[in-house]
Amino acid sequence: MKNNKDPILSLHNITKSFGSVVANDSIYFDLYPQEIQVLLGENGAGKSTLMKILYGMYQADQGEILINQQKVVIQDPNDALRLGIGMVHQHFMLVPVMTVTENLMLGDEKTKGNAFGKLSKLDRETVRQEIIALGNKYGLQVNPDAVVEDLSVGEAQRVEILKVLYKGADILILDEPTAVLTPQETSELFEIMRSLIKQGKSIIFITHKLKEVLAVADRIAVLRNGKVVGHTTPAESSIEELALLMVGREVLLTATKGQSHPGKVVLNIKDLSIKSKSEVMVVKNFSLQLRAGEIYGIAGVQGNGQSELIEAITGLMQPHSGHIIILNKDVTHSSPRQITLVGTAHVPEDRQKHGLVLGFSVATNLVLQTYYLPPFSNGWVIYPEKVEENADEKIDEFDIRTPSRDALVSNLSGGNQQKVIIARELSRPINLLIINQPTRGLDVGSIEYIHKRIIEARDKGVAVLLVSAELDEILSLSDRIGVMYAGELVAEMDAKGANREQLGLYMTGSKKEKMLKENINQ
Amino acid sequence: MAIFTALLVSSIAILLSGASPIKAFSALAVGAFGTRDNLIETVVKATPLIIAGLGVALAFRGGLFNIGVEGQLFIGSIVAVLVGTNFDLPKIINVPLVMLAGALAGALLAAFSGYLKAWHGAHEVITTIMMNYIVLRIITWAIGANGPLRKPLSIVPETRSLFESARLPLLISDTRLHMGIVIALALAAGVYFLLFRTVLGVEIRIVGKNLHAAKYVGINVKRNIVLTMALSGGLAGLAGAIQVMGIPPYNFTTGFNVGYGFDSLAVAVLGSIHPVGVVFSALLFGAMDAGARLMQLRAKVPIDIITLLQGLILMFVAANQIIRSLYHLPAPSKEDSVNLTQSWGGE
Ligand SMILES: Nc1ncnc2c1ncn2[C@@H]1O[C@H](COP(=O)(O)OP(=O)(O)OP(=O)(O)O)[C@@H](O)[C@H]1O
Ligand SMILES: [Mg+2]
Repeated sequence: MKNNKDPILSLHNITKSFGSVVANDSIYFDLYPQEIQVLLGENGAGKSTLMKILYGMYQADQGEILINQQKVVIQDPNDALRLGIGMVHQHFMLVPVMTVTENLMLGDEKTKGNAFGKLSKLDRETVRQEIIALGNKYGLQVNPDAVVEDLSVGEAQRVEILKVLYKGADILILDEPTAVLTPQETSELFEIMRSLIKQGKSIIFITHKLKEVLAVADRIAVLRNGKVVGHTTPAESSIEELALLMVGREVLLTATKGQSHPGKVVLNIKDLSIKSKSEVMVVKNFSLQLRAGEIYGIAGVQGNGQSELIEAITGLMQPHSGHIIILNKDVTHSSPRQITLVGTAHVPEDRQKHGLVLGFSVATNLVLQTYYLPPFSNGWVIYPEKVEENADEKIDEFDIRTPSRDALVSNLSGGNQQKVIIARELSRPINLLIINQPTRGLDVGSIEYIHKRIIEARDKGVAVLLVSAELDEILSLSDRIGVMYAGELVAEMDAKGANREQLGLYMTGSKKEKMLKENINQ
Repeated sequence: MAIFTALLVSSIAILLSGASPIKAFSALAVGAFGTRDNLIETVVKATPLIIAGLGVALAFRGGLFNIGVEGQLFIGSIVAVLVGTNFDLPKIINVPLVMLAGALAGALLAAFSGYLKAWHGAHEVITTIMMNYIVLRIITWAIGANGPLRKPLSIVPETRSLFESARLPLLISDTRLHMGIVIALALAAGVYFLLFRTVLGVEIRIVGKNLHAAKYVGINVKRNIVLTMALSGGLAGLAGAIQVMGIPPYNFTTGFNVGYGFDSLAVAVLGSIHPVGVVFSALLFGAMDAGARLMQLRAKVPIDIITLLQGLILMFVAANQIIRSLYHLPAPSKEDSVNLTQSWGGE
């Protein structure tokens, strides 16, 4: 602990309201030099809001910001950067079609370009060199010439951090960077964070993963309902205590479920192969039988074909060969709507890209799959009262924290956006639930709730196909587990006998098992 | 706000041109609203702008930039003329028939651009502009010397007038106020209903806001694009038809409709891509058009000031970020408000 020093950053009495929602309620917050302070809190607790105030994206209604004991005014992110504050956002902010170098040059004072805004070759080369130098200094290697859309999520994240460092930040705000990272990428990120601290930076780190908090934090501040409700350190705390502090009640960290009673085969995948856009075979001869009333978890490091598999099942992508049969209906080449109409629900991996229309209200987003069906419509005309009624019900039932049903879903906190999708997908009659990263970005309380809902669905006879990067989630929810590696199902096992180590071996491809083709006779 | 700022800035321009802004704007106001006939002129001028503006707004909502309103409007006029000078059916049939023909012509033209976008990836801005040129050429030929639609013995390029049975009835006799405004207002209500109360409208807006989500939800995006363009072009075509059906001498000459197509883009933007907004901004543009002459006459201000004023209003609306920060206004936060830069981005 560096308590002998003065804080490099202090927030005094910060208050911020959005309409009737008090997102930050007289918050005091200190950050000391060379520390990693974790900001912990439920979905909608006000973490991102506080950080956006610090980064100049929002203006506080009240309160002041001090940097090195000096009162400062931060009107916009440029001010923040000038004061050495940089932020990596919860959702990516890179331009996908540009290279890493170009992304870093965007909006940069040093490389304004000539009168026509054209950047000289020289500038470009300087920036390139600087990226390489920064990368070496902090262990943040990225290819400066790579186009951002071709990068993996972990790499894109590194670019975001580089961008902030490149702009000269000393205080780094990382808003839920690990939500989308694989475990390996996460530990790499922690390495980077430690090396940044060593070299004099200070970090505010937001995460919902309590294990990470204990692993990386120097100090922990806990926010609830816009108020700071406590401070602690990893040494003085445990996962259970953190959960209690955060949510304000005891939380079940692993789901409890009864025996599964598998019924008839709902989803039958036969010999499915999928080619990516770049003609690479990303899923190879994949076969799977999923029965009513069971949860089948697909474990695997991200990027081993899980996303493509899900897209093929839900009709978003055309498979190369093989068959997908849902309830005896061949849907291999059906449209997403036809697949929805046979009773399939899909919680997509990327909630902002596929799952939501950000510019629409919460109410409309809650009927995105059913707006054309009764009771919301007669096929032509929409009945707004029904849409509103449904919204009120779902907001209540799923505890979606929103200023109102008419609020734009883009104004909801990340976790609450996810709840909107879950509420929509789980609350219509379904036979098959396809759920990809269901709890990404959710707080422990919400995870507990959503797990409960998934198990409830199973017990009602829904067949659940779960893809998750969280091994804990796979282990605690699944009845059966399959492991995907390099597009193949390399192992399939009963969840009872499974453990992390064994799964880990399959996931990294160091072990491969002849598939146990159990009860193929349907 | 944008209008206020634009008035301010153009006042400076008027001052610079040596006239009094107060005199100029009061003349403008009198010219637009001062007498019954002036008021009627404002409404008459606004009518096609409302209808075509609705077309633009509809396309915008669907994420499409229909810059081909001008061409669709022209083809609507010319087809209306074609039908209305050849068929002399009872008025009760003929008026709807001619309107329908104009709308259909605009719809088909725009739908073709929609088809090119949906199936071949050709950007609608390019194809609709090209269509504008093609339509313009065809019309120049059709009403040019020896053209098939040229009014016999006429020395200027113009068509014959529509049969009496194809003309829109007047709302007040002995004025220029024709039925068109009633149709326009009904269409505004209709477009509002379509966009915010129907399944098709929701789908248009989903496609407009998030193409990925549209696919996820299972909307047939290609069909939707063609349909949106057809509806948008249909409105533009109808605007063209109503012009020739409502305004003496009930024919088509080059010149008389020019600019309405592009003004309607401005009207849609100024009206926040919302049917109600479109009505008001069209009335504003109509008023500026109608009042311009008196302003020029009384205050000795060049008529171009009006164009400047329109341009400024538009610029300030498009740059609404500037306006917001200028007056410390909050960002829009309702579903039916739109972010222009977003709809232009297409995704
Ligand atoms: N621009 C906005 N307009 C209206 N309300 C907002 C806006 N931004 C945030 N809010 C509200 O403020 C509250 C705090 O949101 P914030 O994004 O800070 O939560 P968070 O702690 O980051 O949550 P999560 O862990 O889910 O990301 C939420 O209730 C949210 O709906
Ligand atoms: Mg957040």
